[in-house]
Amino acid sequence: MKEKRGIILTGAVVGIISIMLVKFGNPVNMGYCIACFLRDIAGGLGLHRAGVVQYIRPEIIGLVLGAFIMSFASKEYKARGGSSPFLRFVLGFIVMIGALMFLGCPLRMILRMAGGDLNALIGLVGFAAGIGIGILFLNRGFSLKRTYNQSSFEGFVFPAVMVGLLVLLLAKPAFILFSQEGPGSKFAPWALALAAGLIVGAMAQKTRLCMVGGIRDLILFKDTYLISGFVSIFVFALIGNLLVTKTFNLGMADQPIAHMDALWNFLGMALAGWGCVLLGGCPLRQLILAGEGNIDSVITVLGMIAGAAFAHNFSLASSAKGPTPNGQVAVIIGFIILLAISFFSSEKAAVKMKGDVKLEA
Amino acid sequence: MKLNIIDARGRSCPEPVLMTKKAVEGNPQGIQVIVDNTTARDNITRFGKNSGFNVEVASKEEDFVLTLKK
Repeated sequence: MKEKRGIILTGAVVGIISIMLVKFGNPVNMGYCIACFLRDIAGGLGLHRAGVVQYIRPEIIGLVLGAFIMSFASKEYKARGGSSPFLRFVLGFIVMIGALMFLGCPLRMILRMAGGDLNALIGLVGFAAGIGIGILFLNRGFSLKRTYNQSSFEGFVFPAVMVGLLVLLLAKPAFILFSQEGPGSKFAPWALALAAGLIVGAMAQKTRLCMVGGIRDLILFKDTYLISGFVSIFVFALIGNLLVTKTFNLGMADQPIAHMDALWNFLGMALAGWGCVLLGGCPLRQLILAGEGNIDSVITVLGMIAGAAFAHNFSLASSAKGPTPNGQVAVIIGFIILLAISFFSSEKAAVKMKGDVKLEA
Repeated sequence: MKLNIIDARGRSCPEPVLMTKKAVEGNPQGIQVIVDNTTARDNITRFGKNSGFNVEVASKEEDFVLTLKK
């Protein structure tokens, strides 16, 4: 229990700040949503033209910079990369297609459940199923191969890009787009949102908080460390929804920024869960790793942003009305690609052993 | 006593833990694992302790050498 204190506290902070962000302007059940926020950033930069989801979300900037600062302070910052970068880009892209079918990343799935949205419960079942499929391939020796050290400078570039985004958000040049209506027009004051990102970014870096890791480690190793963070987010967001925002609404109908198509909620999150297991972490974790110098995660985030732009340019993303036919086709193609990647990236003999080496005691 | 060594450097989680898990199945008396990141170090330490091993961690330049023994 003692070693879980940090991650339970981090989960509590994520839950409480999520409620605060909603209270101060974010869309309901969207204190944090890495998929939605990256999608909004893609929109703000004009990479897609869906007018309702365009805003440079300071939470994302804060998460990356918070992780960067914390990792630097604790000497865990290390620039590395080269572990199947393009496969990671494709996986990030597919995870985003799945998340936008469901309407939320794994973190928002928890926040939606904490708001009483039972569609998210179906999403969770799909998410766990997707993780289960991914684990089958992990056990078969799936690997994106090793990383290599990179120059420290390379790791600084992504945090610097985040600072650049912050400048664009505050300077508001004409080419940056801001939603006038819809979810993109609902946001907490920038300084609050930035602080919310910085705090959680630093804490998540320290504790390795990860939504997909929680279920994965529970199944694979019967390890309950990461899942404690997951449960803690749920509990504290639930309390907040009941007592502070009073937005708790149990049921499937009339849920904020959600649809009721059970099959596609299931499949969307199954796709995201499978993709995230192959990547080794949920979208939040990818942002944190990107902040601590992991170039592979930077590439994954870029894949997610590209996926979000495609999703809105080609009508793949769901809306409150439900999934689109294009989105359904995209999710099915996503499953086929994941199967191919899972199959062809397996090492038959992942464990190479050198016998008879003296123990240095 | 000689222990087999697993080189999990460059691998990102959960791979180092999976490699360790597979390795201790064939070497129930113990194993040494070399990793190069703190996440892998912490995850293998947790896995080792949960599986009933004593875990010793030593830093070696940029790497960590973990010794899991019964």
